Amino acid sequence: MVKSRRDFIKISALSSAGLFVGNQVVKATSSVAGSEKQDSDYKLPSELKRTPTYCEVCFWKCAGWVHKDEDGQIKKITGNNLDLNSNGRFCPRGTGGVGMYYDEDRLKYPLIRTEERGKQTFRRASWDEAFKYIADKMAKIKEEHGAEATALFTHGSGGKHFTKLMKGFGSANVAAPSYAQCRGPREVAFIATYGQGINSPENTDIRDTRCMVLIGSHIGENMHNGHVQEMSDAIDKNATIITVDPRFSTAASKSKYWLPIKPATDIALLLAWIHVIINEELYDKKYIEQHAYGFDQLKAHVQSMTPEWAYGITTIKPDVIRETVREMAKAAPATIVHPGRHVTWYGDDTQRLRAVAILNALLGSWGRRGGFYMPDKVSVPHAKLPPFPKPEFTWRDAMDGKYQLADLALANGMCDATIPTSGMNRSIKGWIVNGTNLIETLPDRKKTLAAIQNLDLMVVVDTMPMEITGWADVVLPECTYLERYDSIRDSQHREPTIALRMPAAKPKYESRSAWWMAKNLSRYMGLEQYFPFDTLEEELDHELKQMGTSLAEMQQVGVKKWKRAYDDIYFKDGEAVEFFTNTGKIELYSTAFAEAGFDPMPTYTAHPEPPQGYYRLIYGRAPMHTFTRTANNPNLTDLMSENSVWVNPKVAREWDLKNGQEVYLQNQDNVVSSFPIKVRVTERIRWDSVYMVHGFGHANKKLSRAYGRGASDAEMITNVMVDPIMGGTGMRGNFVTFRFTKGEEA
Amino acid sequence: MRYAMAVDSKKCVGCSDCVVACQTENNVPIGYARDWVREINHGIYPELHTELRSERCNHCDNAPCVRSCPTGASHYAEGGIVKVAEEKCIGCSACIISCPYDARYIHPKGYVDKCTFCDHRVKDGEDPACVAVCPTKCLYFGDLDDPNSEMSTLLRVRKYKTLIPEAGTDPQLYILV
Repeated sequence: MVKSRRDFIKISALSSAGLFVGNQVVKATSSVAGSEKQDSDYKLPSELKRTPTYCEVCFWKCAGWVHKDEDGQIKKITGNNLDLNSNGRFCPRGTGGVGMYYDEDRLKYPLIRTEERGKQTFRRASWDEAFKYIADKMAKIKEEHGAEATALFTHGSGGKHFTKLMKGFGSANVAAPSYAQCRGPREVAFIATYGQGINSPENTDIRDTRCMVLIGSHIGENMHNGHVQEMSDAIDKNATIITVDPRFSTAASKSKYWLPIKPATDIALLLAWIHVIINEELYDKKYIEQHAYGFDQLKAHVQSMTPEWAYGITTIKPDVIRETVREMAKAAPATIVHPGRHVTWYGDDTQRLRAVAILNALLGSWGRRGGFYMPDKVSVPHAKLPPFPKPEFTWRDAMDGKYQLADLALANGMCDATIPTSGMNRSIKGWIVNGTNLIETLPDRKKTLAAIQNLDLMVVVDTMPMEITGWADVVLPECTYLERYDSIRDSQHREPTIALRMPAAKPKYESRSAWWMAKNLSRYMGLEQYFPFDTLEEELDHELKQMGTSLAEMQQVGVKKWKRAYDDIYFKDGEAVEFFTNTGKIELYSTAFAEAGFDPMPTYTAHPEPPQGYYRLIYGRAPMHTFTRTANNPNLTDLMSENSVWVNPKVAREWDLKNGQEVYLQNQDNVVSSFPIKVRVTERIRWDSVYMVHGFGHANKKLSRAYGRGASDAEMITNVMVDPIMGGTGMRGNFVTFRFTKGEEA
Repeated sequence: MRYAMAVDSKKCVGCSDCVVACQTENNVPIGYARDWVREINHGIYPELHTELRSERCNHCDNAPCVRSCPTGASHYAEGGIVKVAEEKCIGCSACIISCPYDARYIHPKGYVDKCTFCDHRVKDGEDPACVAVCPTKCLYFGDLDDPNSEMSTLLRVRKYKTLIPEAGTDPQLYILV
């Protein structure tokens, strides 16, 4: 066996190590740089009965109120009525966010990896020591490989602060897995078509839609709060919902049409819809004539793509294909072919989303009521900082010129750039990982671990001991969103709004906010100039005052709305619109793709199918959990404590599987799940696929409620179909079979 | 005054927000619940029907729990809300056995606990926590004695059912279908 640079360390090893260094810790803490600021890091306004926050349990970032009981203990969290993301109603995860604060398994102290008697272990460290350790290692990497050889992986609010630190240090390697492992293809496709991405929250005008098409998007199970609410409004108003999904999802159960498509064939269905809408002349002629480029090319392109052609591929009957697209056209332009959010499926995802964007254009729904509105946002004036050093090298240099159309950094690209290969001059040597459990987030775990073995430094900043934590050299305990200030939320919506997050309680244990960590690290790294404020409170007040409000006002209201700069939420009839594409038009034919050597219009390609006895692994969300982040939350675990594998009764009969029976999964590469998963026998899934909710099967024993509960879909995702256009990691080309014992790997 | 609740099964997505909002509002210990979500599936692929609905105490007009309570702890409060007086409850479980909806549990502190329609909120003019939080707005609460209330209107214009009507309890939780 090859000796690894680093072993996975169970945080549980530490409790004893912590005792050894107890005295040292107390002493060291008192000398933390800026420790005089620790207590006055912020004031807790005791006179406030409720304090404003915006949620961090998922990316929707709903604004709400934290309420405390008579003893000053955090009791409950509710929505802020002024907030457009939540309309005053939090989702189960937001309501259960209190569990993040009370979770006794939280990371409590800074930890440093050491070797004791030949065994790697963590020891408890002071903040002072941890910062010094990181600063020294970063300086060494800079000296030997350049500051460019460091990278930040981030998901969530803390990332902004560490981003400033990294850029000041001289690295532009900053990526969120929410791009190349999630919504990236969608953004590239819509930018190519409309010159504008979808962003978050999506600008779908669901509230006023007459017809919504969901393709593999399971609103209601994905708890994108505002969208779930608006879908409910649409149901109230008898809007037609058409759901395309191999699984009878919750959304499918609310739909007039459920199209149980054969997985991996969505592009064929979309092209057939485009064929019908063009050939039956159901498209919005005036809109297309005025706004679109490339209609004739598109028309010629889809002539052979009849519903009969698509039937053989998708298993959806030609009359159903025609009937559904006629429904869309009848409701147009108040029709939404929803672009979805997690869209990295088969590696041709940008092209699939191009087909979605094109179909919406033909329906005339972009910029129209009930289709897609034009969002607006406030721009928060940040303090002017000295210029960042210009990096000479980024992860892109390791990509061989590929994925030029990616408009944001690829987390998988940075991972690749960490593994030295013959063609590469330099590889990345240091990672900071904040709020993302890369082991479960990135596909192809073997590769992620290989990259980690090549690092000189890995810092993990998190609230919980996740799988990634065990691979770190330094672990920094982040306090939860309920215990900290953060940057102003300025996300887009129908009206521009801002929201404030402020602490409802002091950080538990020795946990601290990402801002505090970045600020203090900047002192150790000689980068103080990028953090001109002593506290985040001062920085926020400075920004808010320039916007005509103040920290004091925001503490009272939580959310503030601005008027839109222009009355342009929808296009006006006949109005000239300039789109930020090469032609200034909506590009049905993408000139940018043609220039870059990609298909200017989407085509269907067949993808591999499961071998005999294997089933395509489809994964998704449950409304009470976010990623792998909430599986140990006491309140949310109480609602759902493990996932199950959905199996069609025909398949169950073949394998003699009973409801509730535990099985192991094995994929096409002979990877067997670490833990068994319970079978759910249900008619609600096709016989060629199985389904499971993402985020379970945790392998870190320190997660006392989540350890070994259910199985991890990510562990089964070893085949990655990379999108040649933007580098997204297609994850639905994996096939699993059942095993009754774990046994040895075959 | 006759308080009642309705659940629109056309809108409920089964997210269980009602459950966790109730727990944090009413200090229901983790592991226990005053309300819950049920999923009922019918049909054979691909002709399927799924009903999701949030359930809780039906605050019956003819409540077996009240009749079976030996100490008078279970009682009708204002507006027909069925409540348990903690100090009178001896934890004998007679009510739990008599309830056809399995809506009650024994609190770790020893008394029987259940949904109160959040009467502490209702008296301040607020909706119960589950109704106030529901992202799909599939839960409705109101006074059936008021013919102009949203509840009364809903039951006039929408098709609905009650749960286990054959038990003869005259339940006041209405499932809109």
